[in-house]
Amino acid sequence: MIIRRDFVNRLLEDRKDNLRVVSGIGTSTWDLMSTGDEKNNFGFIGAMGQALPFALGLSISQSDKKILLITGDGDTLMSLGSLATIANHPVCNLTVIVLDNESYVETGSQPTATAGKTNLELIAKGSGIENTYTVFERTDDYKVLKTIYEEDGPSLVVVKCKAESTPLIFPHSFDGVTAINRFKDTM
Amino acid sequence: MEKFSKDWRNDIYDVFKDIGISLVSHIPDAGHTPLIDLCEKDNNIDVVTLTTEEEGVGLSCGAWAGGKKSALLMQSSGVGNCINALALPNICRIPFLTIVSMRGEWGEFIPWQVPMGLGTPKVLEAMDVKIFRVDYKDEVGETVNAAANFAFNTRKSAAVLLSQKMIGAKQFKNG
Repeated sequence: MIIRRDFVNRLLEDRKDNLRVVSGIGTSTWDLMSTGDEKNNFGFIGAMGQALPFALGLSISQSDKKILLITGDGDTLMSLGSLATIANHPVCNLTVIVLDNESYVETGSQPTATAGKTNLELIAKGSGIENTYTVFERTDDYKVLKTIYEEDGPSLVVVKCKAESTPLIFPHSFDGVTAINRFKDTM
Repeated sequence: MEKFSKDWRNDIYDVFKDIGISLVSHIPDAGHTPLIDLCEKDNNIDVVTLTTEEEGVGLSCGAWAGGKKSALLMQSSGVGNCINALALPNICRIPFLTIVSMRGEWGEFIPWQVPMGLGTPKVLEAMDVKIFRVDYKDEVGETVNAAANFAFNTRKSAAVLLSQKMIGAKQFKNG
């Protein structure tokens, strides 16, 4: 079973300068912030369901950068339509990583639809995103790195991970203006 | 005004070009169709068809973070779908521009359009979106221009409401 925070840290350990990372609401943002205070990151702390379309807009406007969205199953389930939008307006520089722990851990670990019959990889594939796969073991890290930096996107990787609450690691500022200005200045 | 003398949809397109809009997203509405067509024919405007209107809010914000100006076209019923999404441009002070074709207010034939038509200005005001309403065709260009400048110069959200009286109510015949 993959430990999400370790996974995100390994993935971003030797990150390249052309990578911009966006994280979805909740634990994904705390995971991303645990990798360090980095200007090339932007973390959602609200507006659930908006990280996917935000990442698409960013990928369209910054076609020479690699865009990585790290988000959870809960956030993705709220914007399933965006998978169809991404597939039909394909951007080759976008990778979406869904840290799928099958639960809303932040609110008390209620099960999400993926704990039941729902399979996000199949939904992404059915939406028309061609490069999709699911990883279960940490030995697959290299494969995900290759997808982010080398393969043509849009890609969606479901990372099945352990449902456990992790320490909250906040961004350098909760102020949205400060956060977006700092991120925008890196473009 | 001489500058805004053509079809009002052309006037919106001209403003888009003037202020450098290069990304337009929409859930189509008949009122917007000629404008969508103009944008699709333009190689310098990227047109994204959404699955639900709130996607257009996040899309616009992400595009702006990457340096692109954009606009969301939708019908008034779509405004309700955007409520929580509008927190994003609000809290980050990201310029957000939407052009809304109104339904349910003047000569409306479909009663199901009325609730969200009536709710549209209230919802926008509740989320701190500045409303620019247009009732006359010859004021469309200057109003969109004012709304766009408000959004992009002050980093706030702006919505142009195109009144149903101006657009013309859709009529259906049974059978």
